[in-house]
Amino acid sequence: MTKSDTTEKNRVTLSRRGFIITGAAATGGLAIGFNVAGVTDALAQKVLGAAGNEVGAWVLIKPNDQVVIRIARSEMGQGTLTGLAQLVAEELECDWSKVTWEYPTPGQNLARNRAWGDMSTGGSRGIRASHDYVRQGGAAARQMLLQAAAAEWKVPVEEVSVDKGTVSHSKSRKTTTYGKLATAAAKLPVPDLKTMKLKDPKDWKIAGKGLKRLDTVDKLVGKQIYSIDFKTPGMLNASIKDSPVHGAKIKSFSADKAKVMPGVRGVYQVGVGAVAVVADSWWQANKALDAVEVSYDDTNGSRIDSAAIAAVLRGGLDATENVSVANKAGDAKAAIAGAARKVEAVYNAPYLHHVTMEPLNCTAKWTADGCEVWVSTQNGDAALAACAEAAGHPPSKCEVYKMHLGGGFGRRGMSDFITKAVLLAKQMPGTPVKLLWSREEDMRQGRYRPITACKMEAGLDDKGNLIGLSMRITGQSILASVAPARMQNGVDFIATQGLQPIDGPQGNEGGFGYTIPNLTIDYAMRNFHLLPGFWRGVNNNQNAFYIECFLDEVAKAAGKDPLAFRRDLMSKNPKTAKHLAVLDAVAKKAEWDKPLPTGIFRGCAQQMGYGSYVAAVAEASVDARGKVKVHRLVMGTDCGHVVNPDQVDAQVVGSVAYGLSASFFEEITLKAGIVEQQNLDTYEIMRMADFPTKVETVTVPSGGFWGGVGEPTIMVAAPAVMNAIFAATGKPVRSLPLKNQKLRA
Amino acid sequence: MARLNINGKFFNLTVDGDTPLLWAIREQAGLTGTKYGCGVAQCGACSVHINGEVQRSCAVAVKDVKPTDKIITIEGLSPSGTHPVQKAWLALEVAQCGYCQTGQIMAAAALLKKKPKPTDADIDDAMTNICRCGTYQRIRAGIKLAADGGVASKAKG
Ligand code: FES
Ligand code: FES
Repeated sequence: MTKSDTTEKNRVTLSRRGFIITGAAATGGLAIGFNVAGVTDALAQKVLGAAGNEVGAWVLIKPNDQVVIRIARSEMGQGTLTGLAQLVAEELECDWSKVTWEYPTPGQNLARNRAWGDMSTGGSRGIRASHDYVRQGGAAARQMLLQAAAAEWKVPVEEVSVDKGTVSHSKSRKTTTYGKLATAAAKLPVPDLKTMKLKDPKDWKIAGKGLKRLDTVDKLVGKQIYSIDFKTPGMLNASIKDSPVHGAKIKSFSADKAKVMPGVRGVYQVGVGAVAVVADSWWQANKALDAVEVSYDDTNGSRIDSAAIAAVLRGGLDATENVSVANKAGDAKAAIAGAARKVEAVYNAPYLHHVTMEPLNCTAKWTADGCEVWVSTQNGDAALAACAEAAGHPPSKCEVYKMHLGGGFGRRGMSDFITKAVLLAKQMPGTPVKLLWSREEDMRQGRYRPITACKMEAGLDDKGNLIGLSMRITGQSILASVAPARMQNGVDFIATQGLQPIDGPQGNEGGFGYTIPNLTIDYAMRNFHLLPGFWRGVNNNQNAFYIECFLDEVAKAAGKDPLAFRRDLMSKNPKTAKHLAVLDAVAKKAEWDKPLPTGIFRGCAQQMGYGSYVAAVAEASVDARGKVKVHRLVMGTDCGHVVNPDQVDAQVVGSVAYGLSASFFEEITLKAGIVEQQNLDTYEIMRMADFPTKVETVTVPSGGFWGGVGEPTIMVAAPAVMNAIFAATGKPVRSLPLKNQKLRA
Repeated sequence: MARLNINGKFFNLTVDGDTPLLWAIREQAGLTGTKYGCGVAQCGACSVHINGEVQRSCAVAVKDVKPTDKIITIEGLSPSGTHPVQKAWLALEVAQCGYCQTGQIMAAAALLKKKPKPTDADIDDAMTNICRCGTYQRIRAGIKLAADGGVASKAKG
């Protein structure tokens, strides 16, 4: 949403009927049906949820000194909610033990001229892209509260100080609290946020500390409400099935059998390809859905299968036309042709599914006046836009109530499931309908991590120096499908994520860490009908696997140690000093040069992504039957500033599971255009027994920049392990997932 | 129609006999702490105790549960939310998104009842629930902490 031209009455009318999701401590859980009718429209806009005084947009203070911090980004497990609250509280100088939180709604954000900024939560941007303005919001609130105290005591504001929400004037020995000052402070004008002077992170007392999350207790007792758990009076439940071949349309369907099944209230077509059954309970709806007979017009879909896709990619590896160059130096082709020694390899990475533990769902209520949705979404703004578009109402007449996510990983950054819920609810005006996808539907209608392949070629001189490297990536583009407007001159720059010049426009996001005199990295786009999406770490995952595993092949050909080989390529360029520093940090922690017990081997990897520098060292063994055991992983991150070290540790260790699960087990294949993996019995996911014995995290924040945390380390976990496996078996792993590879003869 | 004993309370539920226990618990009994993740006994998000044994409730039909069978869900594990496993989970901040955690806690509680001092191999065997956020390392540590006399004994040193 970029339009903010609508602040009229309708918006307010809707928000009066709405409710706010808040922290447990504020209200004892979910404040459903909170009703502010009876207060003036102006106040309805101003006071979002709990009773209290709003001191600037980010902070609400209650008479009992409780501080409610507004969180614009979504919480999906990554701890952003707590981290953002720490940043606000740090500048506010409040008592952390009295802090709770609430989500402002996207509709309120729109009505208030985007007071809470960007509500999307992806690309590990939750903290790094909002740290400045949330801290400014906290600082502004502090200034307003101190001004209120100064005015009350008739003393200069410079003489007033605050410690943990208690305000004092030492000369007169007067003290008071934020709770008592809030009413007066709320009436003061909010200062220009840009003029707020922020603390030096070295002086932080709340931020930078491994404080407990604000949203844990409900999750341990079954009280956390995800949108799958949402209930509202009169709500009906629905299950849906879209065309298994993406893009195919419904020719006709027969609902005769389904309609007479227990509990069924209606069977509706949704969009061009889907049928949904609405029933009293979801189980009834889902059962009846099986009884709906649908015939599809396949002409718009594709019947391609995995073998055919692989053939197209093989063509892409050698294509000479329509290739976009991402990174270039010297003449790689000539250098490799004239090299003393050549190394060549082709790598492959399959389609993958996100598998959020909470299957996709959304509750929608449509009336002629407006539309409301209750949904676990990573992107509140996009959810509001999708809701409005499907509802046929202006955004000002729509509202999105965001709820905690049972996993996002990129999937819930899309709004297709919201669109479907609204299109369905529109056919039952006035009735709230919860549309929950079965896991099977969720698997079939994914937005898959795109399939890519890579041809690597390297040339070494007679001393084993890497003088030329060529890297051809081919495969499906995410942007071409999801956000064509973001492509640059028709090029999907995300396809070569992490490999672009450190001096280029993507250098701060993920610049290539190696300096090689003759280099070509390019991309040949090959698109297929299966819908792609952003998957935690995105193309960095495949790209780090390609470059980092191939470098170990090249190092071996050069007769060099893989760490020393990398250091050679990094140490000459001061611009890659941070890449090298984090690699050195993990190597030191892992004691790279110290011998390991017989049978255990090491591998390393490094990459830059989402503004952070990451590296890993793995220790693994491969038994006689080819079974891999990862004994230890040391994961290093330089994310500039650390807001909550315990949550950084949790994210990094969790990313190892996501990355290794994918590279060991996960794969989406197609047969006659349809995804073959229909549930978790055929789409294997890593469990406890296969998780590394020990994952250690090394955080080396070097300051001066703000990097992401949720995604970066995922990209180095797998290549480090694959390199350890290569060291153990002597055979490089070039194709994922590992389960398809025979590691021992 | 089914008569179920959930968390020590009897529920008379209007459901077809083939309804999975998971959906009767969530939709008819209204206890949403038990989660749907796959419906095919793979993920463990729906784990409950039936007569003290951990079971994946998506794979148990309501008609196969007798009124005398004692079903415990996460809401009934400890009325105050202070089961040693819950306390350990809180102390170690195990949960990320938390969606799988009610199932993980039910599985861990059942394991500790059987094996108060589980080995790593016991934990690997018993804890087959999927956590997509990847909290396995802290789950293992949480089980060990709970087995070790729990949070209270740790605090005392
Ligand atoms: S929902 Fe029962 S095991 Fe997944
Ligand atoms: S905590 Fe998110 S799936 Fe386990």
